[in-house]
Amino acid sequence: MEAVAQKRKYAAKDYKSELKPIWCPGCGDYTVLNAITRALAELALPPEEVAVVSGIGCSSRIPAYTSVYGFHGVHGRALPVATGLKLARPDLTVLVTGGDGDGFSIGGNHFLHACRRNVDLTYIVMDNQVYGMTKGQASPTTAPDWEGSKLTPEGTGINPFQPLVVGLASGANFIARVSSSDPVNMARIIVEAIQHPGFSLVQVLSPCVTFRPEQQEWRDVVRTAVVDYTDDAARAARRLMTDDGFNVGKVLYKGSRPPFRPEFEHTDGSVAELEARFAL
Amino acid sequence: MTITSVSLVIAGSGGAGVVTAGSLLLDAAAHAGWYALMSRSSGPQIRGGEAAAMLRFATEPIMSHDDSFHLLMAIDWDNIGRFSAEIPLVAESLIVGDPAHGEAPAALLGGQPRQAALPMTAIAEKIENGRPNMVALGAIAAMIGLPPEAMQAVVEKNLKRKGQTAIDASMAAFHAGFAAAADLPTIPKLPAVAAACEPRWSITGNEATGLGVIRGGVRFVAAYPITPATEVLEWLAPSLAKVGGMLVQAEDELASINQIIGASYGGVPAMTATSGPGLSLMIESLGLAVAAEVPLVVVDVMRVGPSTGIATKSEQSDLNIAVYGLHGDAPHIVVAANSVPDCLFTTQWAVHLAEAMQAPALVLTDQAMGQARAIVPRPAELAFIGQRLTATTAVEGERYKRYAMTGSGVSPMAIPGTPGLTHTADGLEHNEFGTPSSQASDHQAQMDKRSRKLTQFNYGDHWADIEDAEVGAGDTAIITWGSSTGPAREALRRYSAAGGKARLISLRLIAPVQPEKMAAALAGIKRAVVVEQSHSGQFYRMLRAFYELPAQTVSLHQGGPLAFGPGRILEQLNQLNAGSA
Repeated sequence: MEAVAQKRKYAAKDYKSELKPIWCPGCGDYTVLNAITRALAELALPPEEVAVVSGIGCSSRIPAYTSVYGFHGVHGRALPVATGLKLARPDLTVLVTGGDGDGFSIGGNHFLHACRRNVDLTYIVMDNQVYGMTKGQASPTTAPDWEGSKLTPEGTGINPFQPLVVGLASGANFIARVSSSDPVNMARIIVEAIQHPGFSLVQVLSPCVTFRPEQQEWRDVVRTAVVDYTDDAARAARRLMTDDGFNVGKVLYKGSRPPFRPEFEHTDGSVAELEARFAL
Repeated sequence: MTITSVSLVIAGSGGAGVVTAGSLLLDAAAHAGWYALMSRSSGPQIRGGEAAAMLRFATEPIMSHDDSFHLLMAIDWDNIGRFSAEIPLVAESLIVGDPAHGEAPAALLGGQPRQAALPMTAIAEKIENGRPNMVALGAIAAMIGLPPEAMQAVVEKNLKRKGQTAIDASMAAFHAGFAAAADLPTIPKLPAVAAACEPRWSITGNEATGLGVIRGGVRFVAAYPITPATEVLEWLAPSLAKVGGMLVQAEDELASINQIIGASYGGVPAMTATSGPGLSLMIESLGLAVAAEVPLVVVDVMRVGPSTGIATKSEQSDLNIAVYGLHGDAPHIVVAANSVPDCLFTTQWAVHLAEAMQAPALVLTDQAMGQARAIVPRPAELAFIGQRLTATTAVEGERYKRYAMTGSGVSPMAIPGTPGLTHTADGLEHNEFGTPSSQASDHQAQMDKRSRKLTQFNYGDHWADIEDAEVGAGDTAIITWGSSTGPAREALRRYSAAGGKARLISLRLIAPVQPEKMAAALAGIKRAVVVEQSHSGQFYRMLRAFYELPAQTVSLHQGGPLAFGPGRILEQLNQLNAGSA
């Protein structure tokens, strides 16, 4: 029998960098960072075999706060960067972190197609229904009557984007909602999301204490979802459509669609053969 | 020495088989030992629109069309007037039309060309499964001196799958046309070539572009379809699969550029191809590749702009966006191919440059060369293979500096998967570790480093193609780039043949600029003409900004899709010298 390689043990702190986050005290993103590092430790993934990709926004700062390979790109384009990275390097575990503005507004088209393409990525969206980095404007998930921004003093008057419903309709293979007030459950679900093949979408209700202080009440409003996940997309759709957005702590949908994973495969060709086709 | 060549156009409506006929003729010419160039022009229709195949044949390699055409073979007249500006006809030219389709439209007759009739439809009808386009080919072959055996070989190869009956029908129509040409007025014939000894390729600029990136080591491509760059991608998709690479069709150009950034960050050399509108969308992320120091190649097959412009026709007007489009100070590489075969050289070189300097390289080609097919001498093997300086081993007790200050400005790059060298690559300004920083000193140091990488690199002689009638002689230069190089080259030859001494400088490296090399190239030059296909003279203005030009420098520029022919450039050279004499 072959010897089984001794698996090194890791602690959550092994995945944290020495950088101090720029986030406000009380920001929900702190616990998300903790949950991610805890999940990576539980999976005992060597840090060099993990990459965290992000765009722009408060929550997009996460890569630099980890000790894995990170890529901090431009606003809204984290998913394509992660897609290219994962397709080119299927051996890596690739996570994508970001906020609701980055993912559902400027990056909305990539969100649709990432769900649809179903590359084996884990997308963790810290949803606080506001643009924090630019000091408090309405985001795509903001309620239509929120009057807290100078840009939209009368409220946006626009229905909020429903990320999980849209994600399901677009083909996401794993859908969960968690609350930043419950880091243990969040870590458990991130582990599951990473392990599930294909595109996994994890929405984190992560309050912005500075521009949406009322969101601190979320910890009292959220409830653990009463039903377990379904693998029936139609049923999941009905649940998500009637959901008030505060059912957390559970996986809501798990699909079994095979991930998009084209192989880098030599089909016995060579550059010389390609050139030969031009020769007369 | 001037080029002995024959130029002709085959035109007709969709379904007339114009482009097919042109391709067959091109291959047959190659078979006969000639060199050839074929460009296409088509209407905006998706299917069935009017089309014209413009061909030029010669006994030596050619890179450009002539000033006018010897022959227009019109299978029918549908919408042909739309091409009249692109098909210059003079008194020596001959229009051959099919009486079944009526008279030649007046738009074609401005140059008072000769006219003749060839009843292509009637002749084809007498042959079972005979087609008018093959009758046209037969007549053309007879008129230009192409031996029927050459066409026989090509038809057999191309129609093999359709069976012997199809081959026989095509050749019967061809021979009928060949015989009918005896009654037509003549145009110049090309001399027969004994045997084709030099190995040759038949390739389009877009195919050459694809081959160049694969030769350079690219194995990941993400792209969004766009005219006239799509053929690059269509060639690459199956070809990459054969050599262990992949092409992903992205949801838009924002995704394509970012997917290749991700793949390249993962250590796999990557590229995308697009045209002006797509390049506009990619610009922000090109800046990200500059800041995060991610090597990649973006090919822009230029078309007429602005906005959607004329998607199917050529222009050299993306120079400004390629050089100046990025926000902030964003040192990057811009190179330009100057002929169909040079698409291969330049893109392969671009991969090499991007990988060596860990920076994005933009390659400018255009519709005219991208969609043109040429019979060319077999391109040379090139030594350029993307070589990225990587960091592979962690130093005990030292934190890895992704953006370490080095003399060359290039820092060893750790590829994900390498233990002990984890870091975050960042589009935010950062310090040597990659940690975001808003300090002036970090910005200054990183800007210097990113700029130094490019300015200290040794680009060798490839920065420009320089051609002298007599090395070092002459005081007149043509300075040009890209597609304008072909006609400029030919103008230079004609000028030399008439006893003039001039120099051609065709810039391949657009950015970073090379003032010292240009100064050396301009030694002894007193007069220059700058040639480009842009309405505002973008290239001329860029030269003015960065180079010491001769006091007497004139700008010859016009927007696409019309290109300056060799004759117009020659005229400018002569004017310049007459004025100074």
